[in-house]
Amino acid sequence: MRIGVDVGGTNTDAVLMDGANVISSTKTPTTANVSEGIAKALSTVIADSGIEAAAIDGVMIGTTHFTNAVVERKHLTPTACIRLGLPATVCLPPMVDWPDDLRDMVGGNSHLAHGGHEFDGREISAYQPDEVREIARKIRDAGLSAIAISSVFSPVNSTFEEQSAEIVRELIPDANITLSSEIGRIGLLERENAAIMNSCLRQLAARTVDGFKAALDELQITAPFYISQNDGTLMNADFAKEYPVLTFASGPTNSMRGAAFLSGLRDAIVVDVGGTTTDIGVLQHGFPRVAALAVDIGGVRTNFRMPDTYSIGLGGGSLIESDPLKVGPRSVGYELTEKALVFGGDILTATDVIVAGGSEDIGDAGAVSHLDASLVAAVQARIMEMITIAVDRMKTSATPVPVIVVGGGSILVTGAIEGASEIIKPDHFPVANAIGAAIAQVGGECDRIFSLAELSRDEALDQAKSEASNRAVNAGANADSIEIVDVEEVPLAYLPGNATRIMVKAIGDLVEA
Amino acid sequence: MMQSVTLDDTQAIAIGAGILGTGGGGSTYLNRLRLENELRRQGRAVPILQADDVPDDALVCAVGGMGAPTVSNEKLQAGDEIHTAVRALENHLRQKIHAIVIGEIGGGNALGPMVAALQLGLPVVDGDGMGRAFPELQMDTFMIYGAAPAPFALADSHGNVSIFTRIGSAEQAEEFARSLTIEMGGSAALVMPVMTGAQLKATIIRDTVSLAKRIGDAVLKCRAGSIEPAETVAALCQGKVLFTGKIIDVERRTVGGFARGRLIISAFDDYQRQLEIDFQNENLIARSNGNVLCTVPDLLTLVTLEDGEPIGTESLRYGLRVAVLAMPAPKELKSPAALAVVGPRAFGYDVDFAPMPGDLL
Repeated sequence: MRIGVDVGGTNTDAVLMDGANVISSTKTPTTANVSEGIAKALSTVIADSGIEAAAIDGVMIGTTHFTNAVVERKHLTPTACIRLGLPATVCLPPMVDWPDDLRDMVGGNSHLAHGGHEFDGREISAYQPDEVREIARKIRDAGLSAIAISSVFSPVNSTFEEQSAEIVRELIPDANITLSSEIGRIGLLERENAAIMNSCLRQLAARTVDGFKAALDELQITAPFYISQNDGTLMNADFAKEYPVLTFASGPTNSMRGAAFLSGLRDAIVVDVGGTTTDIGVLQHGFPRVAALAVDIGGVRTNFRMPDTYSIGLGGGSLIESDPLKVGPRSVGYELTEKALVFGGDILTATDVIVAGGSEDIGDAGAVSHLDASLVAAVQARIMEMITIAVDRMKTSATPVPVIVVGGGSILVTGAIEGASEIIKPDHFPVANAIGAAIAQVGGECDRIFSLAELSRDEALDQAKSEASNRAVNAGANADSIEIVDVEEVPLAYLPGNATRIMVKAIGDLVEA
Repeated sequence: MMQSVTLDDTQAIAIGAGILGTGGGGSTYLNRLRLENELRRQGRAVPILQADDVPDDALVCAVGGMGAPTVSNEKLQAGDEIHTAVRALENHLRQKIHAIVIGEIGGGNALGPMVAALQLGLPVVDGDGMGRAFPELQMDTFMIYGAAPAPFALADSHGNVSIFTRIGSAEQAEEFARSLTIEMGGSAALVMPVMTGAQLKATIIRDTVSLAKRIGDAVLKCRAGSIEPAETVAALCQGKVLFTGKIIDVERRTVGGFARGRLIISAFDDYQRQLEIDFQNENLIARSNGNVLCTVPDLLTLVTLEDGEPIGTESLRYGLRVAVLAMPAPKELKSPAALAVVGPRAFGYDVDFAPMPGDLL
């Protein structure tokens, strides 16, 4: 049996699953110390199911904690950066495009050294160990032990980053080092930014993951636990301490993966209605369609592949104004259970209108019986219109597609959505995100530039696929279950050398403990 | 008339250059960062000079970056490549350069020359040789209208400089320069052509830096007022919004080493209504139901619907919601001599140039 947990900004959801069956589920408020909320959620689902803690094989946790730390500028460790690429790259030093407040907090301690590779694998300049040693001394003398190392074209060849890390460890034995090649894709500033953010989040990650572990220990759960990544795959707890940035987009991904699992559909539109916003995303072959453009995290540009979602200001806590009619975007948010009329409050919310409409029985229906029937009908119609427009924006063909509705605010969906072949509200829809965490698999990626002068296209593709598969196995996937889920080829513009960039993603089932 | 470029102008010029880039020319992001750094470091603006104020016997040179954006986004420049190449050419010619000319206003190449001008202590001429982005060196009004391709210089991040003192034609210059760029690591700085003030005045497309700034200012104003910018930009450029919708298909393949692709956009309200665009490095031809609506050298640019952000051909993706801008080319690109070099047939399409009414400038 597996437990999936999703720690959101507002709620912590947990679900206990036996194979494909949901045994029990719960929703509790997220606590300032996230471990407390997790402990509460875990003990509730275990108690409700009546099983022994020993029967649990694994716990999968999805969390937005590290994203929030960057956005809120909290718990960040000052971090140095070493970049290998001289004499190239001087024009834009590390952290050049960070917001000033964040760069000041992280320290702006950066160094350039020789090394790096060309796109075709040649060295830009000879790697100089003594130069790196001198830089490491300076970093040590500045009292820093969090370090990010980047090297030009390290996704093609990471040797110089690895050699530099060894030298830094000789001088700073307890150094916390992130190599950009372990995290990112081609695009130096973006990959380096992610590596620096990773090192500056590691202390928090260690504390947080240890807190999760303590919460599990307290409940006598001895099963291994995992953290979900951006792409919906898992990393084990030790790996998560090393690579906290890989959790940045796990929230929307988990909810879409959960929707796919609950509905049994691999191609559909997912409408996730929360307390304040509704996120609409597209499932393709069971995975979220990814966004094309660079993504900012707390003002820092990265090249993570995030799910392509469209958000509108509509949720269970949306404020209703009657003259003129307005639904959201303002919301009572997590205070819904105090402020909404049906919960004894004095604010008219979308949830109140749905209860007045009679399709749901939540809280005190008497508190909304005075609402004018024409207002109730108008609000319901407006909500469906907002969702219909948003769904249409995400669609890519005229063919009607199934729409899966999940999330705590799903009760808002009371009518038809134009362009939907069917509307599916699967069982357990409020905890789809926790289910997405529980069912997650393990993955690996390859992103490299291949020269088709030396390799045939098929050979290059095979090489990229086997590299991605090996990475998935190293991350804990069962080799027999590996599937290539995404292949993208982009020939390099303005270069007639038959150079092409190939990106491959492989995914497999977790090896059973 | 524009007198200078300051920190207040960089965002607008970057947006405008991206829109004039017709999907190519590389991202403006890195060069904008570089320009802002250099403006801060030097504490002064980039002086802008009108072409007609350049003395007839003074020497000017067009400059820019050559190579693959994917490479230059990874192997960032040392930063002084253009500077080094210009100084080497001055030594070779034993004559000082009077002003820097932007080779290509479309995309990242609009901003790199301004960084070099600051380093060299020279002004930048308001204008360029393309009025948009093009993939090859000979596609440039300076050389179309008679400027000699040699001498020209290429420089890399190591400080290596190569000067070609003689070359048969602009086309041959393109071949040699492209091979050398690969040798230089896939991106290099190019100084080409060197011209007298008189030649500049006879061949330059004037005021394109000012135009980029005006386009960017208009987009920023629309964003501040939550207005979709496409119509405003189209009107500013004497063009029109050809289509709005979402990208439903992108197909890419490589022919002769160059990326060729086709994308299909579907209207929001009627999926049967579609626009098809052929692109190589830039967007080249738009068709609907087999009818050609716009062809190179007229400008075709995709921008995001909400905020008018230009979309490069390397970022085209299924599901993007876009407006397609069609803008008439500047008149300098529409003479028979120019069309032989930059018309649809120069890109391998068996289609006649079907000009939009009007001129970009």
